[in-house]
Amino acid sequence: MARIIVVTSGKGGVGKTTTSAAISMGLAKKGHKTVVIDFDVGLRNLDLIMGCERRVVYDIINVINGEATLNQALIKDKNCNLLSILPASQTRNKDALTLEGVEKILEELSKDFKYIVCDSPAGIETGAHLAMYFADDAFVVTNPEVSSVRDSDRMLGLLSSKSRRAERGEEPIKEYLLLSRYSPTRVKSGEMLSLDDVQDILSLHLLGVIPESKSVLTSSNAGTPVILDEKSDAGQAYSDIVARYLGETRPHRFIDEKSGFFRKLFGGK
Amino acid sequence: MTINSHSFPAVEFKSSTFSVPVLSIASNDLILIQQLLDEKIKLAPEFFKHSPVVVDLGEVNKKQLALDFEDLATVIRKTGLFTIGIRNSNEAQQAQAISLGIPVNTAPTSDVRVENRKPKPITAPADDEFVGSDSTTVTITKPIRSGQRIYSFGDLIVLAQVGAGAEILAEGNIHVYGTLRGRALAGVQGNTEARIFCSDLQAELISIAGNYKISDDIHGAIANTPVQIYLQKNTLVVKPII
Ligand SMILES: Nc1ncnc2c1ncn2[C@@H]1O[C@H](COP(=O)(O)OP(=O)(O)O)[C@@H](O)[C@H]1O
Ligand SMILES: [Mg+2]
Repeated sequence: MARIIVVTSGKGGVGKTTTSAAISMGLAKKGHKTVVIDFDVGLRNLDLIMGCERRVVYDIINVINGEATLNQALIKDKNCNLLSILPASQTRNKDALTLEGVEKILEELSKDFKYIVCDSPAGIETGAHLAMYFADDAFVVTNPEVSSVRDSDRMLGLLSSKSRRAERGEEPIKEYLLLSRYSPTRVKSGEMLSLDDVQDILSLHLLGVIPESKSVLTSSNAGTPVILDEKSDAGQAYSDIVARYLGETRPHRFIDEKSGFFRKLFGGK
Repeated sequence: MTINSHSFPAVEFKSSTFSVPVLSIASNDLILIQQLLDEKIKLAPEFFKHSPVVVDLGEVNKKQLALDFEDLATVIRKTGLFTIGIRNSNEAQQAQAISLGIPVNTAPTSDVRVENRKPKPITAPADDEFVGSDSTTVTITKPIRSGQRIYSFGDLIVLAQVGAGAEILAEGNIHVYGTLRGRALAGVQGNTEARIFCSDLQAELISIAGNYKISDDIHGAIANTPVQIYLQKNTLVVKPII
C-alpha cells in the first residue's frame, strides 16, 4: 500500500509545486518508488519544474475519461528512474476532475508505488479538495505572513473534517508544517512572522524551514527540482525534510541569521 | 462508455458517522412546539437552515400524551428543519414515520439516555457542525481552525486554541484552555448567567446572551492573562481570573 501525501496550503504562490517536486525527488532518491501528481488542472506547471514539459502526451483528465491508460500518461523522470510524474491538463476544465476518477487512479498507483505526492492547487475548491481527500499525510506549506498562516489554518480545518479519513472516522491525516520562503533577516526587522509566531497560531509538527533562496528560481528555470542542487540552502532544507519525514532526526536549520564564516571568525554567536 | 468495461462498482455501501442534533419533544401542544421552535431558530437562523434533526419522542411518550407524528413532522418541516429519523417512539408513531419515509431508530431507550448524559469528546469537528445534544458538555481536544464552527447545547470546553475566523457557540458556558482568537458566543439561547473563560483573550468577538464586544473594544492589556467574561447589568465585564 502506498502512502498518499498532499502538499497543500490554501494560498497560492507559497511554494507547493516547488515542494512537491523537491520531496518527490527526495523520496525517489532515497530508493522509494514515487509518483507525483499535478492536481492544478488549467494551470499545470509541475511538469515545467520537473523539466518534462516536452514529453507530456496524456494527462490526468485523459486517464479519468478513459482516453489513455495510466501507464501511457505517466512520465518517467529523466534524473531518477524511481520517480514518475502524472501531469495535469492545461486545456481542460477543472470540473473534469472527479472524486471517483481520482480514487480509481490512486488505487491503481497504490499497487505500484510507495509514495504518491499530490500537488494541490490553491484555494479550497474542487481541485484542492480532491488533492487532499484521500491523503494519509498533509504537508502544509506556509509562508511567514499573516494571510498565508490564516489560509493554512483554514485548510487544516478542512483536512480534519472533509477528508476520507475524517468521514470514515479513521485515524486523522497526519499534518506537518513546512515553513517556506523564510528569511531570518526579514523576521528580525519585523517584516515577517517568526517561526514562533507561526507555531503559536498553527501548533503543528514542524517538518522543516525552507529559506528564501535564489536557487529555487535557478533550479526551476533549469527544470530540475531544487533538492538536486546539493550545495544550495533550499536544496539542503528539502533533503532534511525528506529525511525527517522518513524518521531520521536532523537538527533544524535556517531559522536563525547565518552564523556564517565571518561571524565565527570574529567570535559572534 | 459501457458499464462492464469498468471494474469499480456504481453503488457501494460505506460506513460513516455523522453528528446530528436531537430534537427532544416533551409536549403534544403543536402550537406551542411551533412557537418555541421559531424562537430558537430566530436566534441562529443560518445554523438551523436545512439542518437535519432526529426527533426524540421519549419525553412526550413517557408523559403518555397522545401525539400525532404526521402533524408534528409537518410543523417541524415548516421551520426549515429536516427530520431524518425518530427515536423512543411507539408503534403508531413508527408506522406514521415509515409511511413518511422517515427511518425509525429502535435502539433501547436506556442506552440512549446513558450516552446522552456523558460528556462527548469530539476530536475532529466538521465545518458547521452541531455537537452534543440535550444539555451535555462538549469537549474539543484539537485546535479549532479558521472556518470551523462548533455549537454546544450545553457547556463547551476547548483544550486547544481557537483560530481567527473560527466560531464557537454554546447555550451554556465556554472554557478555552488556549488562545482564543476567533469568535466565542456563550449563552446563545439567552442565558445571561453564562460565562466565557479563556487563558489568553485575543478574540475577534465575544458575546454573552447576545451582548457582544468586538476586538477593538477588548483592550489589549489583558492579553496573555487568564480572564473570565460575564454579564453585569447588560454590559460585558472582562476580568482577570486571579
Ligand atoms: N524557498 C523559496 N525561495 C525563493 N522563491 C521561492 C521559494 N519557494 C518558491 N519560490 C517561488 O515562488 C513562486 C511560487 O512557487 P510555487 O511552488 O509555484 O508555489 P505554489 O505551487 O504554491 O503556487 C515561484 O516563482 C517559485 O520560484
Ligand atoms: Mg502550484
